[in-house]
Amino acid sequence: MRAFGYTVAKDPADAVRLVTTTPGATFIAGGTDLLNLMKDGAQAHDHLVDLNRLDMAEVRAQGAGVRIGALARMRHVAEHRRVREGFPVLAQALLASASPQLRNMAAIGGNLLQRTRCGYFRDSGSACNKREPGSGCPALEGYSRGHAILGGSDHCIATHPSDLAVALLALDASVHVLGPDGARRIPIADFHLLPGSTPERENALRRGELITHVEVPDSHAAAHSRYLKLRDRATFEFAVVSVAAALELRGGVVRDVRLAFGGVATKPWRSAEAEAALRGKPLTAANVAEAGRALVRGAAPRPDNAFKVELVQRAMAGVLAELGGPR
Amino acid sequence: MTDDPHPTRRAHKRRTVLKGSAVAAGAAAVPPLAATASAEAAIASTVDITLSVNGRDHDISLEPRVTLLDALRDRLGLTGAKKGCDRGECGACTVLVDGERIKSCTTLAVMRQGSRITTVEGLADGDRLHPVQQAFIRHDAFQCGGCTSGQIMSAVACIQEGHAGSEAEIRDWMSGNLCRCACYQNIVAAVGDAAREMRR
Ligand code: FES
Ligand code: FES
Repeated sequence: MRAFGYTVAKDPADAVRLVTTTPGATFIAGGTDLLNLMKDGAQAHDHLVDLNRLDMAEVRAQGAGVRIGALARMRHVAEHRRVREGFPVLAQALLASASPQLRNMAAIGGNLLQRTRCGYFRDSGSACNKREPGSGCPALEGYSRGHAILGGSDHCIATHPSDLAVALLALDASVHVLGPDGARRIPIADFHLLPGSTPERENALRRGELITHVEVPDSHAAAHSRYLKLRDRATFEFAVVSVAAALELRGGVVRDVRLAFGGVATKPWRSAEAEAALRGKPLTAANVAEAGRALVRGAAPRPDNAFKVELVQRAMAGVLAELGGPR
Repeated sequence: MTDDPHPTRRAHKRRTVLKGSAVAAGAAAVPPLAATASAEAAIASTVDITLSVNGRDHDISLEPRVTLLDALRDRLGLTGAKKGCDRGECGACTVLVDGERIKSCTTLAVMRQGSRITTVEGLADGDRLHPVQQAFIRHDAFQCGGCTSGQIMSAVACIQEGHAGSEAEIRDWMSGNLCRCACYQNIVAAVGDAAREMRR
């Protein structure tokens, strides 16, 4: 890691001011991804603004939902009673992430900003449009088993690695930020960006904007939700395919369903098509199969990851079965 | 908490990219500043911090880029925490911070001022080994020992968290600690045994 300056922020406005006015500055909270990126040369900063003394780690009920401070650690959110009861998919996604040590360190805001595990991106000796715009994407012709079948472009097919973001997407959460121009709210669906021709731009944050908290609204579906993560080993591994599902059934008919996916797309992926194939209909095997087909209709698989087309449909059917659908 | 919660320091202007943090830690001992043109850049590149480790306060001055692991090993001579991957993957560097297990290679020493840090060196009570240490010996839960201090620190927290109730639970909640000698069978047995003993 090359040398950098370091400042402890006093309050959120101070943090925003410091990052906005200090050349090459960025925020550090848990640091579990940022420091690896800096060690690997995938990212470089001249100055780090430490957020850890800010009063932003609280998790609490707020109105009809829960408010999660951006500095809350993964472990503490997963253990929170309100989260476990009202949003099982959220607690499950967090516990399926990383290792116990990292869950004690990593903060919620940073989790949403973690960068892809694409080997070409992490290896500063490789070309990568995300790391060095215009240098090319070796994954397009190279090893792409971990890469996206949905949402890719000619410039990038890297997947987003966050389990938390997939769960929050299924829960219609919103990300609250503070910036030089004040506070604003970003629906989680608009937070992460498709790569298009600018894969280096991964989210909707403007320069100096700080995530202060995340809000997750209550719903019947949210309370009846589940996360399934398929990976190459039982634990401490990123998703090959993951599904966050929330379901409200009334008399056997789907009243509300939210389906979000990880490991298959360039950003946390919500499938309005799959949801539409189920909403207002009985949860039969035929309807679930139709939803699966709708989910992968636009898929662009490559030889190494073609298996995900089938796997993600089965994973979705599996989660829906656990939530009360056909087995 | 320190008295000065707002220490602003500028990075010095040396653009050398140092590969590997062993080198980075070594660099802290090098005369701090390359000559620079502007006066404002002539601010020290090191910060003075106090780390509380195993019940003792240590005043050290180091560069912000020094990880907690490197500070413990290279500056305080506490080599119990090991550097396996330096990327948060292997768990060999596991220590407790305010009672919670973390990977010390993936946090900066400057970020841990005011915290209570416990390393494997601080686990025994005088000559009396911690029950987890004793269980690792009884069960022959290591070969080369490279992962062992990390395994032991992680196990202490794992048991305290209440995640050592069954073999499956131990395997899941100890998954942040890899053993290249693959002593997993005996490690799991040692953790389970220590957990039972500590409950008594
Ligand atoms: S050295 Fe820290 S996790 Fe491997
Ligand atoms: S005993 Fe050798 S790495 Fe675990």
